[in-house]
Amino acid sequence: MSEIEFRSVSKSFRTKKVLENLSFTIRPGECFTILGPSGCGKTIVVRLIAGFETPDRGTIRIGTTTVADGSKGYALPPENRNIGVVFQDYAVWPHMTVLENVLYPLRMQKVPKEEALQRAKMAIQQVNMEGLEDRLPYQLSGGQQQRVALARALVSKPAILLLDEPLSNLDANLREEMRFEIKELQKSTNSTLLYVTHDQEVALAISDRIAVMNEKGEFQQVGTPEEVYDQPANPFVFRFLGIANFIPVHARDGKTFLASSAKEFLPLPDTVQKAEGTSSGKFLAACRPMEVELSHTSGPLEGKVVRKALLGPIIDYRIDLGGTVVRAQLQTEEGSMKGLIFEEGDSCRVGFSRLLWFPGNGEGEVTHG
Amino acid sequence: MVDIYTKPKISVAQIVLLFSILVLVVVVGIPVILIFLTAFFEDGKLNIPGFVQILKDPDTYQALWNSLVIAFGTTLVSTTVGVFFAWLVARTDLPFKKTMKALFLVPFMLPSFIGALAWKVLLSPRAGYINKFLMALLGLENAPIDIMSMGGIIVIESMYLFPFVFLQVESALERMDPTLEESARISGAGLLTITRKITLPLVLPSILSGALLVALYSLAHFGVPAILGTEKGIYNIPTKIYERIYSSGGSFRAIRVGTILSTILVISAALILKAQDLLLKKGKYQIIAGKSMRPMLLKLRALRTPLLIVSILYIGITVILPTVTIFLVGGLKTYGLSFELKNLTWANYLEIFRWKMTKDAIWNSVYLSLGAALVTMLAGTMISYVIVKSRPRGKFILELLGVLPFSLPGTVIALGVILTWSGRFGINIYNTPWIIFVAYVARYMAFSLKSNSAALQQVSDSLEEASRACGATHFQTLKNIVLPLIRPGMISAFFLIFLPALRELTTSVLLYGPTTRTIGVAIYALNEDGETVRAAALASVALIIILVGETSIRNFLARLQKQE
Repeated sequence: MSEIEFRSVSKSFRTKKVLENLSFTIRPGECFTILGPSGCGKTIVVRLIAGFETPDRGTIRIGTTTVADGSKGYALPPENRNIGVVFQDYAVWPHMTVLENVLYPLRMQKVPKEEALQRAKMAIQQVNMEGLEDRLPYQLSGGQQQRVALARALVSKPAILLLDEPLSNLDANLREEMRFEIKELQKSTNSTLLYVTHDQEVALAISDRIAVMNEKGEFQQVGTPEEVYDQPANPFVFRFLGIANFIPVHARDGKTFLASSAKEFLPLPDTVQKAEGTSSGKFLAACRPMEVELSHTSGPLEGKVVRKALLGPIIDYRIDLGGTVVRAQLQTEEGSMKGLIFEEGDSCRVGFSRLLWFPGNGEGEVTHG
Repeated sequence: MVDIYTKPKISVAQIVLLFSILVLVVVVGIPVILIFLTAFFEDGKLNIPGFVQILKDPDTYQALWNSLVIAFGTTLVSTTVGVFFAWLVARTDLPFKKTMKALFLVPFMLPSFIGALAWKVLLSPRAGYINKFLMALLGLENAPIDIMSMGGIIVIESMYLFPFVFLQVESALERMDPTLEESARISGAGLLTITRKITLPLVLPSILSGALLVALYSLAHFGVPAILGTEKGIYNIPTKIYERIYSSGGSFRAIRVGTILSTILVISAALILKAQDLLLKKGKYQIIAGKSMRPMLLKLRALRTPLLIVSILYIGITVILPTVTIFLVGGLKTYGLSFELKNLTWANYLEIFRWKMTKDAIWNSVYLSLGAALVTMLAGTMISYVIVKSRPRGKFILELLGVLPFSLPGTVIALGVILTWSGRFGINIYNTPWIIFVAYVARYMAFSLKSNSAALQQVSDSLEEASRACGATHFQTLKNIVLPLIRPGMISAFFLIFLPALRELTTSVLLYGPTTRTIGVAIYALNEDGETVRAAALASVALIIILVGETSIRNFLARLQKQE
């Protein structure tokens, strides 16, 4: 259990800046997730903590030890950092059996043989791999190899566990199962865990705190899963955590008009006017498809169904509000009970159970659609 | 703040990099530079007219021309034969395919100069056994076949080089996506049309790449022209270089001519390799995707047996006949006697192990190739590791030097080594086994780099990083993870060097001293001295060593592969 601190860390490869002045702290014993699109530099954070890369500038501290100081050229080699790493491609050594793989960290730390064997067996048990100790990796499935990698990372009771997209090569069912196991293991071992992923579901499910990173390697928001999901700091975060509707509007004295057709939209709430200190300008209204409420008669706005798709338990509509199309989803069951099944071409009334308002037009952050 | 480690000014990785560069510079860099310097500069001044003048000299010009003609002819014949047999094995219902495929690769094992020796015994115009037989049979005055001619050299070289084409084309044909042919068939094309219009064009890159390999080999080939051509005054570049240096007792003037001819060789080799590289990059058609399914097989019907007989005859004539000839001649009491039991004796073979010259040659070859294989393998592993895995600055120098050995023919390496190690830098190892050793290392570095870097590319970085994260130092990681994983690559590098080095002739023939003959040199020298029987006896022993070596190693590698 150790704290991890980044202080103004910068890292670039040749001419490509990956991280610029990044600072954050991971609390001891916390499960911290970095969520971001692929290629955004989140893997570099893991590699910097592990010691596979050295920062160009800034310092990295693990517990009370400064493990890397870019400006002074300090770097503690990975083997002295007391970490466990699980790689995206598992990195299980193909020439060693399951047991040998898991024993390796203990062998390197010169743990007495008897004790090492006991601990390795226990780690193997923890990941439900008993009975497969003598298999070679090629005899294992992807999920099993993943478990070996996990056991190997856990066995030496590292202060820090780093997981880099460990589930992305697994199928959906296994992924769901494994993410709970990882969470359980983290709770029982009490280590600080950094989890890096582009999958918002995993991030929301296992994290104590999530940091959302954009393509430029900047943290957009750091907070609990609830905070990040419910109170996204900006359109990027909102979009990254699920299917998002963005409605660009122009506000004039608290009234708003669709940017696409100048049709009147819902008024700018007082709280937003107060918070932004203005009642005019460009805004983005944002909501999830489930937050769009359709009806035959009541609803502040008029819309037209342009596409309908039945996705089993959910019906997915595309509604034209006058040049701006939003996605709406409702439970199939609820829809048919309340008689809210529309066909393509039907007119309907549209309301929102909740709208988030972001100032600006989200240029460069949001692709409209 | 505890436990702060300072990055040392020069890291271990950089030391290894510097050492790797040093090895390549000393072993291949300096020799090549000296060759170019000697070729273009005279008395410290650039001397292009001198360069041109030597090329214009009818003697050297003829050698250049011969090299070209032989290379061209050999490439043409090898390609035709190679493609034909590849197609026969991969795409027809020829019986005993697996066996036939293995048999077609056997010519690789037979050193071509030993083959040439056998053919000289059989088909030399004066005393060739077959010629004599035909003359008696048909009542001819003159020998019907003269193997000691340009045509003879081309045919014999092709016999032993065609597997290059066969191997490439056969595997391309096997891995070709059968749907390509099937869709042509659905469109109504007949099988022969498909073969001509779809199959052959699709494997064209493989054909050309095999052909270029043959050209590369043939252009710089010493053994066959030396045995079949020298006596008749037919020289190619390598034999001309040898002749000049040998007849002048190693004079500087002769060496200079050698370097000029070498320059031509190196440039041609570089061009050929570049062409092949382009071809393989561009030629990555989608056809070579995935594993083979079941290709459509042409039914040979009535031709099935005749074509099998043709194939078997081909193997019989190119492999078995010369091998048997060598063994028989090696046992003759006197050269020229007929192959009757009363004329044969075991004594010749036993003598090989008693006579100092041959005994020394075997011993020299064995320890030189073992030593060179070991050292080259280890150096290659280290250099490949730096090239593939670490990314220090200055890596590009290494990559550049690493490609160089691929385009250096044996003759060129020998010359470069002579220029470098004859005292110019205070070290004179001329006439010692060391100079041959150094030359072998230079000559086979390319093999080692290729084999090792292929193996290293299979080891993903995360395997190493996982070990570091587990608390292993860089050194422990190399020992526990990297080395075990690339061991098959290292072992195959070792044998890829050891086996050809054992029968090496081209390089050693320019470097040997009175006590440092190798097997190849000894066979060649015995043949030159007219000691055909002894040459054949030694060649027989060499063939047995090679055969036993190749088979046991192949088995060993196969077992290793199964384990992985």
